[in-house]
Amino acid sequence: MSPESVFPALEALLPRVQKPIQYVGGEVNAVIAEWDAADVRWALMYPDAYEVGAPNQGVQILYEVLNEAEGVLAERTYAVWPDLEALMREHDVPQFTVDSHRPVGAFDLFGLSFSTELGYTNMLTALDLAGIPVLARDRSDGHPLVIAGGHAAFNPEPIADFIDAAVLGDGEEAVLRISEIVRDWKSAGQPGGRDQLLADIAASGVAYVPAFYDVEYLEDGRIRRVVPARTGIPWRVAKHTVMDLDEWPYPKAPLVPLAETVHERMSVEIFRGCTRGCRFCQAGMITRPVRERSKAGIAEMVDRGLAATGYEEVGLLSLSSADHSEIAEVTTYLADCYEGSQTSLSLPSTRVDAFNIDLANELSRNGRRSGLTFAPEGGSERMRRVINKQVTEDDLIRTVATAYGAGWRQVKLYFMCGLPTETDDDVLQIARLAREVIRVGREVSGRRDIRCTVSIGGFVPKPHTPFQWAGQLDHESTDARLAKLRDAIRTDREYGKSIGFRYHDGKPGIIEGLLSRGDRRVGQVILTAWQRGARFDGWSEHFDFDRWAAAAADALAKEPVDLDWYTTRERQHAEVLPWDHLDSGLDREWLWEDWQDAIDEVGVEDCRWHPCSDCGVCDQLGTEIQVGPTDLGLPEIRVSALA
Amino acid sequence: MSRKPPRDYVAPVQRFRLRYAKRGRLRFASHRDFQRAFERALRRAGVPMAYSAGFSPHPKISYANAAPTGTASEAEYLEIGVARECDADDLRVAIDAALPPGLDIVDVVEARTSDFAARLQASRWRIALPGLTAEQVAAPLHELLGRSECLVERLTKNGVRTFDVRAALLEGRVAPATDEPDACAILTVVLRQATPAVRPDDVLAALRSVAPAPVADGWHQPPPQVTREQQGPLDEGGATDVIVIGDPLAADREAT
Repeated sequence: MSPESVFPALEALLPRVQKPIQYVGGEVNAVIAEWDAADVRWALMYPDAYEVGAPNQGVQILYEVLNEAEGVLAERTYAVWPDLEALMREHDVPQFTVDSHRPVGAFDLFGLSFSTELGYTNMLTALDLAGIPVLARDRSDGHPLVIAGGHAAFNPEPIADFIDAAVLGDGEEAVLRISEIVRDWKSAGQPGGRDQLLADIAASGVAYVPAFYDVEYLEDGRIRRVVPARTGIPWRVAKHTVMDLDEWPYPKAPLVPLAETVHERMSVEIFRGCTRGCRFCQAGMITRPVRERSKAGIAEMVDRGLAATGYEEVGLLSLSSADHSEIAEVTTYLADCYEGSQTSLSLPSTRVDAFNIDLANELSRNGRRSGLTFAPEGGSERMRRVINKQVTEDDLIRTVATAYGAGWRQVKLYFMCGLPTETDDDVLQIARLAREVIRVGREVSGRRDIRCTVSIGGFVPKPHTPFQWAGQLDHESTDARLAKLRDAIRTDREYGKSIGFRYHDGKPGIIEGLLSRGDRRVGQVILTAWQRGARFDGWSEHFDFDRWAAAAADALAKEPVDLDWYTTRERQHAEVLPWDHLDSGLDREWLWEDWQDAIDEVGVEDCRWHPCSDCGVCDQLGTEIQVGPTDLGLPEIRVSALA
Repeated sequence: MSRKPPRDYVAPVQRFRLRYAKRGRLRFASHRDFQRAFERALRRAGVPMAYSAGFSPHPKISYANAAPTGTASEAEYLEIGVARECDADDLRVAIDAALPPGLDIVDVVEARTSDFAARLQASRWRIALPGLTAEQVAAPLHELLGRSECLVERLTKNGVRTFDVRAALLEGRVAPATDEPDACAILTVVLRQATPAVRPDDVLAALRSVAPAPVADGWHQPPPQVTREQQGPLDEGGATDVIVIGDPLAADREAT
């Protein structure tokens, strides 16, 4: 029987909160599925505010994939802001889905997509509001299975106490397999209860069930080993990899939120994975191999998506979009198709080379050439060798000169601070580089109103990367280094006024570091911080470092480890890392050698254009690189009928 | 999706005036939310919009007197300019189908007259006050209607402003709800359009300011539900004591 909508109760609260529209659903392309027609029901959550969560591609893809499946239903839920949370607690309104305003506790599965670890406390709020015990061990058969996914799920150990299972890698096929297991269990009369259902899931290898693993520690606090706690549970759990993106053209009808969101555009994922080999980049390591969508597939998704949404902008998404083997053809084709139609195309273009400028010029054929963004990431040549960002200063200067010469007025440069082996001088090189950019820019453009903005954030070492062993730079040193860089830029009389400087302080990065590389003992820290009010930790106006530091000190008081141990400490080769039993396909020895190569400033080439470097992914997981060019032609450019 | 419609500035060849409704849960859409939704609906519907000139051309749309966020409405108005001749009825059907349920196009007429905005002289608002009986509301309402002035303050984008609610209040009636099992007073007010506008919540603030304390305490919880029922020209010459608000699109419909 369909659970009652909580909307009448919620409706009375909405006039009293900020931006009530975010809680009412009703988006174009939202699916209202009939409760009783489904036997497996998912509530999907992006654990951040609606304005961030609604455009998220991962959730939109799974939402469609699940709702298309026979007998499966999926609805969405997002984090509610503290003003509504307080009213919901006062009036006993549970966490709800925005589609049909059903209570999250009534679903079979509660799936959360974690792009960042800073959403963990929002998960606890949602569980608590839903009436689901925050600790997995306190749940019973009537509660939904709580399943984590997304990049952060590649080390779910810090949230092992709160989730029932974690899915590693691409979710499209995994959610369908889990749905099957849940359906079989339900139709058989729920034999063995929740425990048996989780055992079935664990045994199938589709997801990692933390409760079925024991973690043993050494006296000094390091992990001794992680072992299955019962028979039939695999020693290692591998990530999922979807092959042939053309078979997965999702989302076909992207959601069009009524509320304003962070991305007011439609997105088409043009390929998945990246093998550039940037050593700091977790996404590039855990999403291998590269799998391209064909140019015909891209064209069709853009066409169908625009017709379904009415958006004015299309973003061609991937980890490095200019690397698509057919990108020039695709951009020219799309620019031809939509010329004069008030539809703009964007390419998150972070690669530093002249080809990128050609693409950007093509995409801005009729429009204003305002700003271009590049990510050299490291300020000095040496630093870029350490992180394997294979771009020289000459490349960079030549690229920005081309950009300013082509009429672009503003260049934004992204960097990181606190990279392994970094010194003050490496970071101060950024100021020199920015001055050179402006000097050359003024020369080639003949104008003085060009600008360069330096944007810099603190580096956080991530699991499943060569830097997973690295010590994180403490926040005091990060802040001191950034202050020196700021002063170096500000005091420059000739160029300083043309250089913008944006940076974030080092404290949030330390908590992100704790949550990224933590083990199960960090769960108590998260719980303590949440109980003391931590919410929306990705938002500077809500994040409170002191609360987190105190929670870590209190929760870890009886342990031989502390906040520094998890963050600033460098790990050795022999140490068992909390995620070693979770298989991203990357060979541990390859990662270690890459880490040693980083210290030695030795590069590694991209396997799309150079021989395989034996990272292990394709062998281990039976996958392969899928790149074009394809022989599938592009459709004729046509003028569609008007109403 | 229109693929090769106007580049740069395209003068409208025709203008249409639309009446639309904001209903149910979508009443929580702000005016900006509605604007985005409407412009995307125009694109989905393939309406050949005229665009303004400039680096970022905008479709030619003028909005009038949007109802406040959280307020439902049966009578919102806007005007669009199109680049090719269209049929009013086709537009109504196509745009309504493209909008999400709850944002509904009620009426479309070709604009054949000027001074449309001047015709939106007053609105009739229905304010449901759950938890209050008609008797409880009647006393403060009579008190308010008996005054010559009633000032309330409201925080606006430009700081705290003072509004004379009595000056804008042309009519006020209260009756018990007929379809609600629990006590619920239905307050109906006619407010004259002014800049800045006196809104239904200002009327409630005014009633609170003149009401005796026990009633005032009950005015917040549960929240009132407000609907704009009509908006249009005032029929000043009416013989009855009921104020009549005319159809602002009538002049366009009748003009040839």
